[in-house]
Amino acid sequence: MDSTEAKEHHGAEHDAGHGHDHHDPGFMRKYIFSTDHKIIGIQYGLTSLLFMLAGFFLIAVMRWSIAFPGEPLPVIGSLLNTFMAGMTSPVLDPETNELIGYAISNDLYNSFGAMHGTIMVFLAVVPLAFAAFGNYVVPLQIGAIDMAFPRLNMASYHLFLLGGLVMLGSFFIPGGPAQAGWTSYSPLATSIPTDGQLYWLIAMVIIITSSLLGAVNFIATIIQLRAPGMTWMRLPFFCWAQFVTAFLLLLAFPPLEVGALLQLMDRVAGTSFYLPTGLAISSMQDVSGGGSPLLYQHLFWFLGHPEVYVLILPAMGVVSEIIANNTRKPIWGYKSLVYSTLVLGFLSFIVWAHHMYLTGMGTKISTFFQTTTMIISIPSVIILTCLFISLWGGSIRFNTPMLFALAFLPMFGIGGLTGLPLGFNYSDIHLHDTYYVIGHFHYVVAPGTIFALIAGIYFWYPKLTGRYMSEFWGKVHFWCSFVFMNLTFQPMFAQGMAGMERRMADGGAGYSVANNPDAIGALADQFLKLNVNITFAAYALGLSQIPFIINLFYSISKGRSVESDNPWQSTTLEWQTPTPPPHGNFTTPPKVFAGPYEYSVPGAAQDYNPQNQKS
Amino acid sequence: MSGHGPEEIKKAMKIYLMVFGILIVGTIFTVLASYIHFDNFALTVGLALLIATVKASFVALYFMHLIEERQSIYLVLGFTTFFFAGLMILTLWASGDKPLYSVMP
Amino acid sequence: MEVPYTVKNRPDTGLYNAKIGIWLFLASEVMLFGALFSSYILLRVTAQEGEWPTELLNVPIGTVNTLVLILSSVTVVMAWASLKLNNFKKFKFYQGLTVICAMIFVMIKSYEYRDKFTHHDVILTNGMRVDGHLVEETSEYIVLSHPLEYPAEKGIGYRPTALHEAEEEANAHGGGHHHTEDRKIMLSDIEKRTNWGPWANTYFAIYFTLTGLHALHVIGGALVMAYFWGPGSRMWKKNPEQFTNRIEVSGLFWHFVDLVWIFLFPILYLL
Ligand code: HEM
Ligand SMILES: [Cu+2]
Repeated sequence: MDSTEAKEHHGAEHDAGHGHDHHDPGFMRKYIFSTDHKIIGIQYGLTSLLFMLAGFFLIAVMRWSIAFPGEPLPVIGSLLNTFMAGMTSPVLDPETNELIGYAISNDLYNSFGAMHGTIMVFLAVVPLAFAAFGNYVVPLQIGAIDMAFPRLNMASYHLFLLGGLVMLGSFFIPGGPAQAGWTSYSPLATSIPTDGQLYWLIAMVIIITSSLLGAVNFIATIIQLRAPGMTWMRLPFFCWAQFVTAFLLLLAFPPLEVGALLQLMDRVAGTSFYLPTGLAISSMQDVSGGGSPLLYQHLFWFLGHPEVYVLILPAMGVVSEIIANNTRKPIWGYKSLVYSTLVLGFLSFIVWAHHMYLTGMGTKISTFFQTTTMIISIPSVIILTCLFISLWGGSIRFNTPMLFALAFLPMFGIGGLTGLPLGFNYSDIHLHDTYYVIGHFHYVVAPGTIFALIAGIYFWYPKLTGRYMSEFWGKVHFWCSFVFMNLTFQPMFAQGMAGMERRMADGGAGYSVANNPDAIGALADQFLKLNVNITFAAYALGLSQIPFIINLFYSISKGRSVESDNPWQSTTLEWQTPTPPPHGNFTTPPKVFAGPYEYSVPGAAQDYNPQNQKS
Repeated sequence: MSGHGPEEIKKAMKIYLMVFGILIVGTIFTVLASYIHFDNFALTVGLALLIATVKASFVALYFMHLIEERQSIYLVLGFTTFFFAGLMILTLWASGDKPLYSVMP
Repeated sequence: MEVPYTVKNRPDTGLYNAKIGIWLFLASEVMLFGALFSSYILLRVTAQEGEWPTELLNVPIGTVNTLVLILSSVTVVMAWASLKLNNFKKFKFYQGLTVICAMIFVMIKSYEYRDKFTHHDVILTNGMRVDGHLVEETSEYIVLSHPLEYPAEKGIGYRPTALHEAEEEANAHGGGHHHTEDRKIMLSDIEKRTNWGPWANTYFAIYFTLTGLHALHVIGGALVMAYFWGPGSRMWKKNPEQFTNRIEVSGLFWHFVDLVWIFLFPILYLL
């Protein structure tokens, strides 16, 4: 971008140092300490994909233990034993007493479970959905040259990385990582002797700080740096979704930060914020007492519930961009989408105690939370309905991004609808802490959010690299993922309704009819057997990602080149830039004249009208 | 917050000093009020928090220029107040509302 | 390439970037301290008899510290106004004063912390509790000054108003007798002993957490303001407008720190 132009446009004083931008900044400045929002977006993207792989690896090991409790881990058993010395359990041949391999111990199962949840939520999906996509796409879509605070942006990423490394570091300490689930409820979390919990808390404080800085940056960017003419109602829905998400992070994360800080105090300063009077645990002598375990749950779920909207809103944003583009029609009910998102944001702060029905709440307060929970499902249904209706009468292009975006709709639908029984306390009493819950929220985040994010990767890839990802392998990836995703999570509903609890290293075998022939309510064999099916489906799901990973890297240099800067014939501003966008993004500062989804405008020469062109 | 001419700034400086005086008086009042032992604990708390809120409002309105600030900032603070109130009230309510046949204290 | 509106206001929002940035940050800070305040309230209303001592903190010292912080809030806004009036010297004066106030505040606070950390609470084998300042410690006994004695089940830091008034009366009559005498306690008579740190009970826990987090904010703010007073002020020559904005933004943070204290003072010291 020409600097004189920038001067005219922004009218800001430039100091003398200006103009040095054109020197080659060197590898470190360009890729590690970059302040360019696009590089930072890519950094976030690659890091969070790696974390997602790690999270998947953990669950793959756990699934083995669930399906085949006590049997030695194939392939990686001895490797695991080398790295996590003392936490695996050696398996001996019953007859010869020879060592035949290693299984994971129950403690290690707990560690892996806690880390799977934590890594997937805080280090994989949120950074990918919010930070990676947000960073890359939002400034482009609003027509800005960068984020409002580029250096703060860099700091956010570095803090995120640091937090992630501290979290991973806990795998290598004696005692292993945290074991109290991704929720880290006290007093359990405080009393487990491993220092992994300490790492967890410190890492969480760092990650939260990073998210807070990121949230400030996004909101300031969207408020301040919209291009001339980009009014609020011309903002692409993706930006709206990110905007509301940023607010959720900004206001919901601090209470969790407090929750973590107080637990940190309980661990290191001997306080009793969460430790009640008379607590008797052998590993914790001499606590002063007087604390409240429920306080932690309140602070945790005050974040926890908005967090699920942090996971889902950016995904909805991505999906609506792709649907509008590939149906060649305006999104149906743009305003309803925007207002529903705002309402969703508001309400998500006053439903949190639906996660706490079993803590002995009174009837009045639980009525309140049931009511708000039911109300909040309305805007979600409106959003989904708008997206469904948008398909009506469109001439749909079934390319890979669109397939994933389309699959998002029913998958998120299943996830959302199965949530309703969890929102009523009388049905939740039965379903709480069972595999039904696991099935429910995985439908929301895995075939829901992750499908949407994968769709986003296929969709924006040509802008990043100037090349398409392979359509053929994309479709292979899609169909395999779609089938195995459902085979993985669908049976969990049945298991949960049959009463199979979550967080059990033996997958419920201890409660089976076989082991408890006289017990009422023991787990019937047919549900237990599903564990094996699920495990193999999960492995197949993992294998289905291999074409994607290869495609992702192979296509950078070998993919089919794009024909133009706007290969999908899209209206929004990110496509009205050179490919890939240079530092500063636009060749001429964009002005906006039109709404975000002017597809198939009657009487127009072509079937789309970019936002920066007068119609 | 544009157009701060020297005249306005000088006027504002006088206001700052006045607010300073109010804050000192407020502090003294809070301390004095705490030495009066009302029988009603709620009254004691209410009074102390009322004075604190008044003082805080003066700081926010004048020192932080909220009184002449832009709508977008009011909006942000409005949200925050709403969520803050939700956090306070609902947690308290939850801790007070016990099941009918509770064994808990 | 420069990000627009770092210095000038954007016409339609009427704000420059850092202004909206700091307010958003403060919004998250409101939720941070808000969550701590709710924790305080929840812990306090669910506390059992004897678990929540009151009147343990030194009100005059707290009052002085409140006034120091209020003063610093005035000086910081005056510093900004001086820049608006193009008076750099006055700015230096006020900004310097602010940093000094911050240092005084931290010093007073650490004195108070020390006071609590050296205050010991002892449960005797005979079921009584004594608390006082540790003045001597050997392998056989400890000596507490200004000791108070009461039944152990009254809870840590028991200070009934009556006891207080009796003490005052005694002081008015030429000094209370047994209160001011040091008390020597044999270790063999002690069942349990702790000092008034955050581990002593939930009240101290929340007291130290709230004030500690607040003190961290004070220190952070003071560092930033000292920087703008010193090396950072060179920007005034190059870009006075941006420098004035920076002072305004750091000032907004500082006022917030003051504002938090305005609530902390009554809830911790007075109620
Ligand atoms: C795609 C492959 C995935 C599979 C096969 C999978 C499977 C599972 C299973 C079986 C559990 C229950 C473990 C137990 O209760 O012992 C679990 C827990 C969990 N998963 Fe996943 N998951 C996947 C992806 C994700 C993603 C993408 C997220 C989040 C965004 C996620 C978040 C969680 C959380 C929060 C828990 C609860 C951990 C706890 O009990 O504390 N998972 N997962
Ligand atoms: Cu929820």
